Amino acid sequence: MDNSGKWLENVDWLVMWEATKQTLYMTAISVVATFILGTLLGMLLFLTSKGNLWENKPINTVISAVVNIFRSIPFIILIVLLIPFTTFLVGSMIGETAALPALIIGAAPFYARLVEIGLREIDKGVIEAARSMGATTGTIIWKVLLPESLPALISGITVTGIAIVGYTAMAGAIGAGGLGNLAYNLGFQRNQNDVTFVATVIILIIVFVIQFIGDFITSKIDKR
Amino acid sequence: MISIKNVSKIFPSKQKDLTAVNHVNLDIQDGEIFGVIGYSGAGKSTLIRMLNGLELPTEGTVTVAGREISKIKGSELRKARQEISMIFQHFNLLWSRTVSDNIAFPLEIAGVSGPQRKQRVAELIKLVGLEGRENAYPSQLSGGQKQRVGIARALANNPKVLLCDEATSALDPQTTDSILDLLVDINKRLGLTIVLITHEMHVIRKICHRVAVMESGKIVELGSVLDVFKNPQQPITKRFVKQVTEPEETNETVEHLLSRYHSGQVVQLTFIGESAELPLITNLIRNHDVTANILQGKISQTRSGSYGTLFIHLDGAEEEVNKAIDYIRSQQVGVEVVSNG
Ligand SMILES: Nc1ncnc2c1ncn2[C@@H]1O[C@H](COP(=O)(O)OP(=O)(O)OP(=O)(O)O)[C@@H](O)[C@H]1O
Ligand SMILES: [Mg+2]
Repeated sequence: MDNSGKWLENVDWLVMWEATKQTLYMTAISVVATFILGTLLGMLLFLTSKGNLWENKPINTVISAVVNIFRSIPFIILIVLLIPFTTFLVGSMIGETAALPALIIGAAPFYARLVEIGLREIDKGVIEAARSMGATTGTIIWKVLLPESLPALISGITVTGIAIVGYTAMAGAIGAGGLGNLAYNLGFQRNQNDVTFVATVIILIIVFVIQFIGDFITSKIDKR
Repeated sequence: MISIKNVSKIFPSKQKDLTAVNHVNLDIQDGEIFGVIGYSGAGKSTLIRMLNGLELPTEGTVTVAGREISKIKGSELRKARQEISMIFQHFNLLWSRTVSDNIAFPLEIAGVSGPQRKQRVAELIKLVGLEGRENAYPSQLSGGQKQRVGIARALANNPKVLLCDEATSALDPQTTDSILDLLVDINKRLGLTIVLITHEMHVIRKICHRVAVMESGKIVELGSVLDVFKNPQQPITKRFVKQVTEPEETNETVEHLLSRYHSGQVVQLTFIGESAELPLITNLIRNHDVTANILQGKISQTRSGSYGTLFIHLDGAEEEVNKAIDYIRSQQVGVEVVSNG
């Protein structure tokens, strides 16, 4: 047992730093990809819903079903289900890049729903005003829908980003690297509780920073 | 400028189709301020929204500025919409944009270049009297100021027609008047055709040349504002006219007055157009041996003349009173004896 000695004696700061970088890498790439994919899906959900610009029941039902299914699968099971897809895409199931497909596919549908809710909150009258000025759908998307829902999109990606940090830890536990991996391999398997503790603190700091940045940007851009 | 031919709009629904607009025919002239009045659900919004293709008629044709709005689609419709602007009850500004950027929005849509846009926005800000508020966000403006932004935005691309859907309904009376003045000013200065819908007769009275009264999807009365005030035909029109010509408490007051006077007669006079400006009462007491007490009255100004009612109490010998009443009749003033005193 390494647990008897000095406080934090098992913590190898270099390893910890590597793991932190891996977690940040997984989180950053996933957040960016989720933001793009989720916004796209959420926008489609919104536009094809009843009474909107591209109203289309079949397409809306299909996207909605896919989003709901992927949103409901527990993340740990999603990783397993995606093994064939991931190995095809990345070539292996080990390492932080291998975690990305599952992270993105797990988070994007969740974020898509938040995007849809944000878009629904835009006053219908504003969209109508843009139409009455002769705006194309493209103009409405870029100059009305996205800017007017931006605070919701940012606070949504903040929540999603925090969930993604949690997912990276889970992905780490089954081989994806990062702080979760460290906490699991050393902290849990070898009972080095101080490693678990430090990893947890770093994860908390990452979460707080994400929340702070998200809140800050939201309050800056929200002119309502 | 605008021609609506046999237009109907039916909203299908599972239980029962709803006919929001029912075989409406209407021609609106170039440069006219045309009002449509009706109660909630009469189909006013549906009608006005067919003028810029936000709603398609189920039947009939809508032609605005030479384009058949009910037929054209895609880019042609979008081009047409740049000439048919609209302002809204709830302003519908983009909260994420400043006053200037809101006004610039239709210019961006029309593909106007940056420097030109800036210049045009400055002109418009001046036109609607918002100097100094260019960089404010809509949330920092009052309702009246927001509607001014709405108007500036609507005028940005030099439209031929301005549609106003309850544009003053969310504003207090003073602000309503200032916005209406602005609309009249724009109408005169730019020769713009304005179609406005409202449920307030005050708005019609103040700025419209002609008015159509709408009830259950149909136009039940149509005419120059003064004619409609002078001679309302339909019960609904009479009710609207009463909104502005009779103070609300009239009925109670008249009862009260009648109980006060035991001799002579209480008469209600109705003035129309020029007759409202005659020195009627002066002539009346100069030439007849009666006394005249003014009890209550209200005169409203329409764009083409005045309209008003006046309650007076005439006292004197019965013969003289009757002569006096005949005299008033001869002056093209409506007289109604409310009751013998
Ligand atoms: N998109 C729609 N689908 C179904 N019914 C509609 C739709 N739009 C309007 N209606 C119905 O058509 C009728 C007329 O509505 P409209 O909005 O034109 O009335 P309005 O005269 O403008 O009333 P208000 O003064 O309340 O604005 C109403 O009964 C309304 O419920
Ligand atoms: Mg309406």
